[in-house]
Amino acid sequence: MEMVHLKINNIPVEAPKGTKIIEAAKSININIPHLCYHPDQRVKARCRLCSVEVKGKAKLLAACSTEVWEGMEVFTDTQIVRDTQVGILQLIMADHNANCLTCARNGHCELQELCTRFNVLDPHLPDVCKYPKANNTNPSLVRDPSKCVKCGRCIRACKDVQGIEALTFANRSDNIIVTTPYNLSMEKTDCTLCGQCSLVCPTGAIVEKDDTQQVLDALQDPDKHVIVQTAPAIRVSLGDAFGLEPGAIATGQMVTALRMLGFDKVFDTNFAADLTIMEEGAELIHRLKNDGVFPMLTSCSPGWINFIEKHYPELLPHLSTAKSPMSMFGAIAKTYYAKQTGIPLDRIVTVSIMPCTAKKFEASRPEMGRDGRRDVDVVLTTRELIKLIKYVGLSFDNLQESEFDSPLGTGSGAGAIFGTTGGVMEAALRTVYEKLTGQEAQPLEFEAVRGFETIKEATVIIGDTPVKVAIVHTLASARQMMERIKAGDCDYTFIEIMACPGGCIGGGGQPIGTTNATRLKRMAALYKLDQNLPLRKSHENPDIIKLYKDFLGEPLSDQSHALLHTHYHAVHKMYEFSTEAKVK
Amino acid sequence: MSSEVRFITKNFGKYDPMSIDSYLSIGGFSALKRAVTMDGEDIASLVGRAKVKGRGGAAYDMGRKWSQARAVKGDHKLQICNADEGEPCTFKDREIIKNDPFNLIEGMIIGGYTVKAQDGYLYMREEYRHLRPLLQNAIRQAEERGFLGDNILGVEGFNYHIHLYSGAGAYVCGEGTALIRSSEGKAGRPRMKPPFIKVSGAFALPTCVNNVESFAIVPHLLLDDAGFYMSYGGGESVGTKLVSVGGNVRNPGVFEIPFGTTVREIIYGLAQGIPSGHALRLIQFGGASGKITDGRILDVPYTYDDLKKAGVTVGSGAILVIDARTSVLDFLRMNQAFFSHESCGQCTPCREGNLHQKLLLEKLARGEATSEDVAMMKKIGKIMSLSSLCGLGETAQSALLSAMEVFPDTFAVGGAK
Repeated sequence: MEMVHLKINNIPVEAPKGTKIIEAAKSININIPHLCYHPDQRVKARCRLCSVEVKGKAKLLAACSTEVWEGMEVFTDTQIVRDTQVGILQLIMADHNANCLTCARNGHCELQELCTRFNVLDPHLPDVCKYPKANNTNPSLVRDPSKCVKCGRCIRACKDVQGIEALTFANRSDNIIVTTPYNLSMEKTDCTLCGQCSLVCPTGAIVEKDDTQQVLDALQDPDKHVIVQTAPAIRVSLGDAFGLEPGAIATGQMVTALRMLGFDKVFDTNFAADLTIMEEGAELIHRLKNDGVFPMLTSCSPGWINFIEKHYPELLPHLSTAKSPMSMFGAIAKTYYAKQTGIPLDRIVTVSIMPCTAKKFEASRPEMGRDGRRDVDVVLTTRELIKLIKYVGLSFDNLQESEFDSPLGTGSGAGAIFGTTGGVMEAALRTVYEKLTGQEAQPLEFEAVRGFETIKEATVIIGDTPVKVAIVHTLASARQMMERIKAGDCDYTFIEIMACPGGCIGGGGQPIGTTNATRLKRMAALYKLDQNLPLRKSHENPDIIKLYKDFLGEPLSDQSHALLHTHYHAVHKMYEFSTEAKVK
Repeated sequence: MSSEVRFITKNFGKYDPMSIDSYLSIGGFSALKRAVTMDGEDIASLVGRAKVKGRGGAAYDMGRKWSQARAVKGDHKLQICNADEGEPCTFKDREIIKNDPFNLIEGMIIGGYTVKAQDGYLYMREEYRHLRPLLQNAIRQAEERGFLGDNILGVEGFNYHIHLYSGAGAYVCGEGTALIRSSEGKAGRPRMKPPFIKVSGAFALPTCVNNVESFAIVPHLLLDDAGFYMSYGGGESVGTKLVSVGGNVRNPGVFEIPFGTTVREIIYGLAQGIPSGHALRLIQFGGASGKITDGRILDVPYTYDDLKKAGVTVGSGAILVIDARTSVLDFLRMNQAFFSHESCGQCTPCREGNLHQKLLLEKLARGEATSEDVAMMKKIGKIMSLSSLCGLGETAQSALLSAMEVFPDTFAVGGAK
C-alpha cells in the first residue's frame, strides 16, 4: 500500500494514499466536526463543517472529501477554521427547530453534541426555520423536517444501501427539504419502512414512532398480563447504550431489566426462530419433494416483505409462507400460551422488542392476528427499550443476569444466529440436512454462508444432492437477486434475504451509532452465543418438541397453517422512476 | 475614441445563419479542414500560445485544458459546450449563437478532434429557446454534409456528434458539475470534486467543458496566418474579447474589444456613456458573482492582470454600469436577492448564508442594523467564500465584500447610506 506523509497541526501523520483528511486526523485522535460525513457512506461534502485549512490553498478544504497528499500540511484549529465551523453551526441552528428537551434524539444528537463542543450558546442570528411538516400516517417512522440539517445521509442510506429512493431533496436554496415523492407519508411511497434512514440521521428529523407509553400503561394496569419477547439481535446491541463494548452479550442483564420493568413473563424470540425453522424447513422439503417453486425465499424480514410486495409482486410465489418468528410468537402466545395458562385473551398484552422499525408495520397487518385481535400488541425498537430502561432508572451494566421464563423462553443456537445475515440459512440447513439424511451435519457450522458480503452463495451437499443456496442482505442487493430470478439466471434452491445491512444486528431500530464496524462485532457475538450453547439445532429444542406434541401436531399441519403461515400480496406502486440516465 | 475590432465576430452579418451553403461560401469549415491535417496536440498548443483563457468566467488556460483532456484515457470521451450563459448582464454567447452558429459548431468539432471526444453536448440555457431552431438546423445541415457524424472529412475514426440540451433555467447549472447533472436528467445541483470533470464528467465519462466564446475563437485562430489575433493586447491578455455592457448606458450591447482598451473607452466610447444628468455610482464586472468598484477604475486597461490589480475580475465579460439613481445598498439587495433565489441549497454556507445576508441587508436598509450586524455580514460573507461547495457560494458575496471596501459609508451604521 502506498503511504502518504503529511502533517496535521504540525504532527507528522502517515496514511495510505486515498485516505481522506478526516480519517487521517482520526488516526491521531483529532475529531474534525461533521454532520454529513458517515463512515459507511460515500462522501457528500455538503455540511461543510469539516472545513480545514491546508497550506497553500486559498479556500478551506472539506476534510471529508479531500484526499491527503504527500507533504500536505493541514490545520484543523486555526482562527479561521474555528470561525467557519462555529459560524456554520450558528447558521444551522438558526434554521433548526431546537426543541431539544422534547426531541426523541435529546442526549444523542450529533448537532447537539457539536453545539456543546463549540459552546454555541447564542446563535446570534434570527430564527429562520420555516417549520416544515411531514405527513406521518405509518406505524413505523416519524419524519420532522423542521429538524433536518439537509446532510443527505438518509437519502444515501435509502438509495445506496437499499436502492429505494423513497427520500430525496426537493426545491432549492433555503426552501430545500428532504422529502418523499409528493410529500406522501412514507408507507405510501416505495419505502419499505426499514428505518435505515432513522439510523443514520444525525438529528431527530427521522425517528422511530414511539410506542413506549402504550407499554408503560399496560405495565401499570393490574388487569393486564404483559409478556415480552426479545429478538435475537437485541441482546448484542442493547449494551451499546449503557457503556458496554459494541458486540457485548447482555442477555442476562436484558432479561433482568425487562423483569424489573414489570413484564409478567420474559420470553425469547429465539424460541420462535426455532419454530420458524421447523415450518420453513418443512416447507422447503415439501417443495423439494413436490416440484415446488424455486428458489424459495425466506420471509422473516418485514422490510424485505414490504420490498417484494411493492417492487416484485410477480415473485411472491417464491416467498415462504412461514410468518416471521415475531409473528409466530404472537400467534402462539395468543393461542397456546393463553390456553395453557388460562389467562383470558383480553388480559394478555404481547410486546416485542425488535431491532426493526418495519416490525411495527408487520404487527399491524391484519394477517398477523385473528378475530380482529392483534397477535403482537406493541413493537418496541431497541432504541425504545433503551428509553424504558433509562425511564425506570436501572443501572443496566450492574444488573444481575437472569434466565428467560418458560415455556416460550428456550432458544437454540440456531435461533440465536437468526439475528445476523446468513443465520437463518445456517439454522435451516442444520435442520433440513438432518431431516433429509437422518444424520447431523458435520461440521454444524456452515462457514460458507457466513460473512458480510451482500450477496453470498454456497453449495451444500445434502446426502448426494448438491443444494445451491444464496444469502442476501440490503435491498439494493435483493433487487439484483430479484432481477436474476426474473431473468431465469438463478439456479438456487433457497435464498435468505434480509433488508438491513448485516441482517437484524444492523436493523433500522438499533441503537444510534450503529455502523458496519459495530455490525461485525454483533455478528461475531451471535456466532459466539451459538458456539457456547449446548442446544444448537431448532428441532432439538425441547419446548418446540413439546409445542408440536401438545398443540400443533406436525410442521405444516392444519393448525400450523392456520397460525404460523400467511399469504403476502402485491402492493400497488403509485409511480415508476427510471434509475439511471444512460448515454445515447 | 476606440472602436471595435472584428476577429471573433468577423462572420457576424456576413452569411445566412440558417444556411450551411452560405457559411461555406465565406470559407466556412476551412478551419476544420486544416485542423484534421494537424496533430491534436499542435492545435492545443496553438490555442495555448494565443493565451486563450476560458471565456466562461474561470479564465483557465484553454490550451492547457485541451492538452490535459486529450491526455485523459478513455474509449468514449465527451465535450460540453457551456451555453448556459446565466451571469446577469452577460449576453455575448447569445450573439455568437444568433449570428454565427456554424462557427460555434465548427469550433466544437475541432475541439472534439483535439481532445479525442466522440460526443459534444451543447447545453444551452432555457431562456435561449428561440435560438434552438438555429442550432438544430446548423447541426442537421452539418450532419448532412458530413461535418458531423462518423469518419468526418474522410478521416478514419474521427467520429463526432453534437447533442443539443437545455436546462430548466437555474443559474447554478452554469457550474460544470451542475450542468452535467442537469444534462443527465438529474436535478441541477453541483457535486463535490474530485472526481474531476475531465476524468469523470457527464455519464461518468471523461469530459471537457468549454464556453461558447472559447469554442468560437478556435476556427478563427486556426486560420489566422497573419497573426491578427496575437497583434492585440499583451502579457497574459492577448487578442480580443467580447464584453457585454449593460445597465445605465446609452448604447448597451456586445462589443469585441482588443485587450488593453480602457474601461472608460468601453463605457463612454462603445456604450456611449451614462444618460445625461446622472453620475456614475458603481460598475460590476463579470456578472452578479463579480466584484464592484466605482469611477476609480475608468482608466484601467481591460486586461486580466490590470483588472485584478484594481480589485475586480474579467469573469464572464459583463460590465454592468449603475448610475447615481440607484444606491449601493439597493444594488446589493438586488444582487443578494438573486443569489438567495439561485443557491441550490445543498451546502450550509450558501443555503443559510444567502438567506441571512438578504435579511441583514434588509435590516441595514431599514436603518435598524447594528455594528454587530455589519460584522456578522462580513463574517458570513467570508465563511461563504471560504467554505462553500461550489463556485456559486464562493463568489455570491463578491459584490458585498468588495462594496464593504469601496463604499464603507454604506455600512457606517447610523451614518449615510
